[in-house]
Amino acid sequence: MKLIASGSQTVGPYLHIGLTWLNTDRIAGPGVRGERMIIQGRLLDGDGVGVGDGLVEIWQANAAGRYAHPDDRRKTPLEKGFRGFGRIPTDVKGRFRFSTVKPGRVPGPGGNLQAPHLSVTVFMRGLLKQLSTRIYFPGDPANAQDPLLKRVPAARRATLIARRKAKGVLEWNIVLQGRSETVFFDF
Amino acid sequence: MSKIHGYRKYRPRSQPAYDFPPYASTAKRHPTRPLVIAPQTLSEITGPVFGYDDLQPTDHDLTRQHRGEPIGERILVSGRVLDESGRPVPHTLVEVWQANAAGRYPHKADQHDAPLDPNFSGAGRTLTDAKGHYRFVTVRPGEYPWRNHYNAWRPAHIHFSLFGRAFLTRLVTQMYFPGDPLLTLDPMYMSIPDPKGRQRLVSQFDLENTVPQHALAYRFDIVLRGRAATPMEQS
Repeated sequence: MKLIASGSQTVGPYLHIGLTWLNTDRIAGPGVRGERMIIQGRLLDGDGVGVGDGLVEIWQANAAGRYAHPDDRRKTPLEKGFRGFGRIPTDVKGRFRFSTVKPGRVPGPGGNLQAPHLSVTVFMRGLLKQLSTRIYFPGDPANAQDPLLKRVPAARRATLIARRKAKGVLEWNIVLQGRSETVFFDF
Repeated sequence: MSKIHGYRKYRPRSQPAYDFPPYASTAKRHPTRPLVIAPQTLSEITGPVFGYDDLQPTDHDLTRQHRGEPIGERILVSGRVLDESGRPVPHTLVEVWQANAAGRYPHKADQHDAPLDPNFSGAGRTLTDAKGHYRFVTVRPGEYPWRNHYNAWRPAHIHFSLFGRAFLTRLVTQMYFPGDPLLTLDPMYMSIPDPKGRQRLVSQFDLENTVPQHALAYRFDIVLRGRAATPMEQS
């Protein structure tokens, strides 16, 4: 490695100025196939208080398990216009909410398929570098064999699995500290 | 079985810690448990792709987004987006935001007693070209006070947000200006342990791109996480 990487810095309190132009809380447009759902939750600090100046970004495959990216060279179909990216700022109470389709399974280490999941990156004032985590889906039989979930101590796995709140609505919170602290990954 | 080309871990001390007491707001906002080390998969080495359809013609020129010109010293900020091996990162989205020349953001959370500028929104974006070059036109942002500690002032800075080729290469950082006496007093800047890493965030005065009778130029190269030397097995 010739060059030292640029260091991460916080988005600060005024992140909205530069980032809201790309807000995307509807990840899957009308022509996109799959099981539609709303995912909502809160970003909570160490006192359990909602973080009102946070930002959640989502990256996901389509329902067939294909990423809209040139490095996904599989022949799986991809809908025109599906980017698979979401950007959702938290509101004053730390809430976020977006709609999407449940992604299909994508390959993981050793040729095993991963359980359906959304990749999540979190930014906020007071956070000097982003946090990476994932959302998995409740009741999916593939969760038991997922290579990443298996690395997470059993007692903490539930922090990565959304809960069914109502028909078509899932709840998933990001808890920064404490007993139910969300699992964050170092990739 | 095909192989995927993953990304190297960041060099030690090139990145800030989550828990950094000099920046008071980290106290309640850092994870207290160790991160779970996880393998990179297709989900991490891919990421959103943006194109010219996402942009407006004046998005890269923060001085031309309103009827009049903003107050302040006009500057050009340009550079390259590279990976740690020095390879350019082409066609990647670069987003910026900054205070106006008086050190004020047009944001409801900014209560600093300095004037807003009706001709300056302080936001821009562009794509790098095939060789990783980007360029913005803006005004030099002002310093401003904050409440982190007694008599705390942020050095002049421009926020940068980049994607790179993968969700894993995502980076939000800040560009600083050379010779700023506030830098070594700033917890954000000082949060990067390696002095060479800190220096990476300081732009350089750029006489070559300075336009006579028009604007000073600053050069700011951004280095994203680089690819691993050997590919990893993956179906």
